[in-house]
Parts: sequence; C-alpha cells; structure tokens
Amino acid sequence: MLNNTHKPLSHLDWLEAEAIHILREVAGQCSNPVLLFSGGKDSLCILRLAEKAFRPGRFPFPLLHIDTGHNYQEVIDFRDQRAAELGERLIVRSLEDSMKRGTIVLKNPDEPRNKHQSVTLLEAIEEFGFDCCIGGARRDEEKARAKERIMSFRDEFGQWDPKNQRPELWNLYNARSHKGENIRAFPISNWTEMDVWQYIERENLALPSIYFAHQRDVFMRGGAIFPANVPLANGEVINQPKNGEEIINMQVRFRTVGDITCTAPVISDADSVSKIVVETATTTITERGATRLDDQTSDASMEQRKKEGYF
Amino acid sequence: MSSTNTTLNANNHNDSLLRFMTCGSVDDGKSTLIGRLLFDTKTILADTLTQISNTSKKRGMEAVDLSLLTDGLQAEREQGITIDVAYRYFSTGTRKYIIADAPGHEQYTRNMVTAASTANLAIILIDARRGVLTQTRRHSYLAHLVGIQHIVVAVNKMDLVNYDQAVYDKICADYLAFAKEIGFAQSREIRFIPMSALNGDMLVDRLDNMPWYTNETLLEILESAPAAHIDADEEFRFPVQFVCRPHASADADLHDFRGFMGRIESGNIAVGDAVTVLPNGYQSTIKAIQLGDVQLQEAQTEQSVTLLLADEIDTSRGDMIVKSSSAIQPVKQIEATVCWLSETPLSPARTYIIRHTTRESKAKVGTISYKVDVNTLEQQPTSDLKMNDIARIQFKLAQPLMVDSYNNNRATGAFIVIDESTNNTVGAGMIV
Ligand SMILES: Nc1nc2c(ncn2[C@@H]2O[C@H](COP(=O)(O)OP(=O)(O)OP(=O)(O)O)[C@@H](O)[C@H]2O)c(=O)[nH]1
Ligand SMILES: [Mg+2]
Repeated sequence: MLNNTHKPLSHLDWLEAEAIHILREVAGQCSNPVLLFSGGKDSLCILRLAEKAFRPGRFPFPLLHIDTGHNYQEVIDFRDQRAAELGERLIVRSLEDSMKRGTIVLKNPDEPRNKHQSVTLLEAIEEFGFDCCIGGARRDEEKARAKERIMSFRDEFGQWDPKNQRPELWNLYNARSHKGENIRAFPISNWTEMDVWQYIERENLALPSIYFAHQRDVFMRGGAIFPANVPLANGEVINQPKNGEEIINMQVRFRTVGDITCTAPVISDADSVSKIVVETATTTITERGATRLDDQTSDASMEQRKKEGYF
Repeated sequence: MSSTNTTLNANNHNDSLLRFMTCGSVDDGKSTLIGRLLFDTKTILADTLTQISNTSKKRGMEAVDLSLLTDGLQAEREQGITIDVAYRYFSTGTRKYIIADAPGHEQYTRNMVTAASTANLAIILIDARRGVLTQTRRHSYLAHLVGIQHIVVAVNKMDLVNYDQAVYDKICADYLAFAKEIGFAQSREIRFIPMSALNGDMLVDRLDNMPWYTNETLLEILESAPAAHIDADEEFRFPVQFVCRPHASADADLHDFRGFMGRIESGNIAVGDAVTVLPNGYQSTIKAIQLGDVQLQEAQTEQSVTLLLADEIDTSRGDMIVKSSSAIQPVKQIEATVCWLSETPLSPARTYIIRHTTRESKAKVGTISYKVDVNTLEQQPTSDLKMNDIARIQFKLAQPLMVDSYNNNRATGAFIVIDESTNNTVGAGMIV
C-alpha cells in the first residue's frame, strides 16, 4: 500500500494514530496498567487499537471487567470469547463480591448499579496495584467528560478534581503517579459516537448482537423504553413490569451496553453497521440522553460520580 | 451496502480534521460562539437542548444560554464563567472539527495554554463595546508564542453597538497595530470578522444586519483553513515510544522481531532510507514499516507506526530515529521560553524533570534571562517565576536531549517541566 504523502491524514486515520500513540505512552510510562474492557463498542474499538499498537507482541496490560451482575449474558459471552481470541488475560471483579464484603450496600436490590462500580474498581486497583486504567470514555458523551484530560490524575481515593487538573500540553502526556494514586487514560477522548461506528465499519469489528436491531419485549416507564424480564446469569429475572405496565414487542437496538436496569434501547431497524452509521448521522438525541437513565437525575450527576472515583 | 452509505463513507474517509480554539477576554462570548456554531450546524441534539434550556429557565434567563453547552462543570455554571478547557466536536461532512473552549480569566491562563498547544487555528474574540483589552493582548501573545498559524479576530457583540461598521473598523485597526508590535502579523495571516454570537450573525448564516461586511462567514473561514501538518519541509523525527520484542515466541519469524514503535512527529520515511538512532548515533536502514498488520512502503507525519531496522541496534524508549541526512546533535543544555503553570513558584535551587518527546531528564535552572510583561511586552530582569509568568530560561540537563528549535519543529522543540515531588506538570517550554 502506498500512502499519499504530504496529504493530511483522514480524520479516522488521525484519530487512530492519536489513540495508538496514547496507548503506547501508557505502556511506556506506567509500570502496571490495565485496560478496562466491558464487551461494549467503545472498548472493542480500543482492543483493535491495542492490536495495532502492540502486535506482534502481547498487550503490555491485562484486561479488567467490573461486572455489575446486571449484564446481558450475550455481552458477557462475547467479552470472554474476544479475550480468548486475543489470547490476553481477562480479570473479572464483580459488584456481588463487594456486596458480600459489605463495601457496597444497596438501598434496594433492583437499583441501578453503575454508580457502585467505582467501589469495585477501586478495590481491584488496590488488589493488583494498578497505576493506570485505560478506558473507552469519550468527551462527546457528557459535559463533564468534555472537560477531562486524556491522562487524568486520580488521588488515593480515586477522586477527580476538575478544578485542578494537570495542564496537558501538546502530546506530552504526564502519566506519573505516586503509589496509591492512579491515572485514567482515555485514548478515544476525541472520538464521537459517529467516529466509533465508522471505525467499527472500516475495521469490520464484530459486536454483541444487541447492538443491532432485534425484536424484544419491552415496557414503558417514565417515558423511557425498558427491556422486560431479562434473565441474568444467576437465574434471576430482572426488569419485571409492575402493575399496569404493558409488555410490547418492539424492534430495538442498544446504542450503549450498561447496567440492564438503567440502559434503554432505542427503536430502530438498523440491523447492520452501515445502517447504524446512517442512523447515527440523522439521530436527534444524544447517546446518553437516549439510553442512560442514571445520568438524567441531575444536571451534574456525571461530574459528581467522577469526583467519587467513577470512570 | 446501500448507495447512501457509500457516499457517506467516501466523504468521511477523505475528511480532514481541524483543531481550533476560542480565546480572548472574560465574557467576550467564547463559549456562546461555540454553542452557536454547534447549534447552527445542527450538532446539538434535542435532549441536550432541552437540558440547557431548562437550566437557563431555572436561572431566570429569557433565551437559551448557549454557553452552557461547553461550561459543563458545576462551578462554571454557578459562576457563569469557564474554568477549564472544554472539548467539543462537530462535522460538516467535509471536515471534522475539534474545538477547545478556553477560559478567559487571567487566573486560568494555564488552561488557555493547554488548549493552544494543540490548536491549528485560534479565534480571538473581542467585545465590540470594549475593544482590545489586556487579556486580548495576553492571549494573542500566547497564541503567537505557541505558534498557532491561523488567527481569526472576531469582533463580537456587534448587536450591542448597532452593528456599526465604524466601531468594527476602529477595533480592527487597533488590533493590527498591536499585532505588528509583537511581530504577530508578519509571520501569519490574520483575518477579521464582525459577529454576534448571541444572534448568530456571520457564524454559519450571514443574516442581514451587516450588509457592509462581504467577506467570508466564520464557518467559511474554518472550512477553507489549511489543515495542520502538511509542512513538507519538516525533517523526519521519530521518538521511540516502545520496543516490541516478542522473543518468547516459538514462531521462528517472530523470534528475532524487534520493532520500534512510535508516532512520526514530523517528516516522512520510506523503506530503504538511511537512518541514525540518537543519542548514540548508530546507523542503519529502514527494513520495514508496519501499521497493524499492514506493510507500508512509506509513512508520513502523525502516523503511528512500527519501524524495523536492517541491523540489530540497541535502542530503547526515549531514543530518536532520524534520517542520517538530517541528524541532530544531542545537547545537555537548552534555552527556552517557559510558561509557568503552577501555583508553587519556580525555585532555581531545585531539580526538575523535563519531559521532551518520549525522553525524560533531570534538569536544573541555569540562568533566568528575563521575564516578559505580557501587557507591555517589556523584558524585565527576574530571579523567580510565578504562575502564568513567561520567561527566558536556560536549563542544564542530566541526560542529552535531541532538540530542534520550536519555530522549526513544534514536536521536538517543546517540553514540559514536571515537579518530582507532586508529579504535577508545572511548566511548558519552547526551545529557542
Ligand atoms: N448581546 C450579546 N451578548 C453576547 C454575545 N455573545 C455573548 N454574549 C453574552 O455575554 C456573556 C458572556 O458570554 P460567554 O460566552 O459566557 O463568555 P466567555 O468569553 O466564554 O467567558 P469566559 O469563558 O468566562 O471568559 C453571556 O451573558 C452571553 O450571553 C453577543 O454577540 N451579543
Ligand atoms: Mg467561556
């Protein structure tokens, strides 16, 4: 393949090159990094980027999934399959274990668990002594994320101090930390939802099937679509409709995969990546607005959670 | 694949990327400008608009406050100011934009420098009622220092001066006089545009309040601005980030594999080129260039690739691969313009860490020649450096660095200063 020298890179090539550079900086600067991997589309892009960054070598970090226990089984299966194909080490730490330890206390058993992930994540960081966690967060997702550095410093309590971030100049990243402190590195900070889908299309990446339009039993609650009666790995069935909530079978897809109890699907007939790219170009609602019921509780809920150690 | 998709992809794959920032004095309307640009390019989706319109109402405003789109932190919304850089994105179908909204307050100048360091174009806002202010000068000087090539001076809030051309002309003349004084105008193109970010005059739509202005709208300027890094004259610089040695592999091909991974900071490289690895000066030739599993014959600025050399050379992170025809002499002393970014002043007695490309060295302050008064641009003698100060400093280095002057090469002329005790980034340096 010959390159068009002296022509600027296309935007996807540029974003890819930037992300690879960030991943390699983490590998070069940190002694014990880890890559957060959920089986979702953003982290699948990061896996491809890591392949481009480090093959034919092994990844210089293991993969870590913080399992809320509220995941679709097929996403979990997909996660395991992908890690196995890559031949990389996958560590799973679950919220259930933190609950057993008593470090997570739920107010009620059905409550969304996204916000509790911070506890289990911080416990895993301590258990393995990770000095950097690589994540797939993007600045276009949410207004507090839009403010965050690519290498974001967290203190011993995992806290983000938005008013006092390290200056980040040029592409000279500073991923230094003292013992107990932590860096969160975001290689796809500058990607939008559209960039992610275009990259998935270009790289022909496989995804869990729930990203594509499928028939599903759902019900409406508070103006949002809830997937109904979802079986969990432990045999439990969650999201059971209450009295008066009628089950409807609809064609939907997920724009993001997260805690089942607070991640809503959107109505869609996009059953291929190329159709999703077109739908993304014409959508009128943001990824989180359409799908994350937990971000809508207050104007500053993401900032609050980040200050407390959330990814 | 349907035909719509193919066109969409075709467009987006040829898409170039432009990074720009907004800067200028407090309340000149930087955040509002970005909000308006996103709104008028239909980038703001319905739910975000509902959210900010609710917040605006809660605060008793009549119209939607578009600055809330970038002022995402609680503290910013409470105070109605920008504290740290916000990054926003939009795409016009022909180009993708990364916008950095910088704060105007003097106290947050270091965040402005953060935004400037990655921008190819700066929009400097001026409030039409107030004209060129100290902070306008400061930001212009910093944009100059950081080497932003394309400058757009936006005279904003024209609605508050009856869209009067005389006001606009006067401000343009004032600005140009100042720009000449700092040597700003000579080295780059400055464009002027009158606008109302609040109403949307001259951003995406022309509207009809200023028929006397017939030049390009802001979006037209952005669409036609040259993208960064097509400077064909730059020398090849490849700082090694990571060395790939999968030697445990039983695979015979991989057993001796030794790949030097990094991003091409400038210039181009092709298979067969003669190269030198610095600081040691070993010579070899490029045997292969890889991007993922694709073999390239050549590669260019900004690509992240893996280089394989024809000879076995001891090379590690922090080394730099250059073409043998343009090798540089490693140095153990540098002179630089430094912006101090930390609340803790620089202490000439202490040892700092300098991070330059992928290399780190301990450094001691040699002499501080002078400090620049950003308001008068006078050089003043000084022995210390406080937050937001800009000074000319000499450093003595424990390790040799491979540097170019910042004017010739942004990537190999820049460094950051790190305080070892806190690990904070405390200074930004540009080598002279
Ligand atoms: N009348 C009028 N008001 C404007 C215009 N542009 C901005 N404003 C108002 O000026 C005020 C400050 O606007 P911001 O966009 O927050 O200013 P800023 O430059 O981002 O401020 P900092 O980031 O804190 O330095 C707000 O009340 C805006 O509504 C304009 O073109 N006309
Ligand atoms: Mg602002």
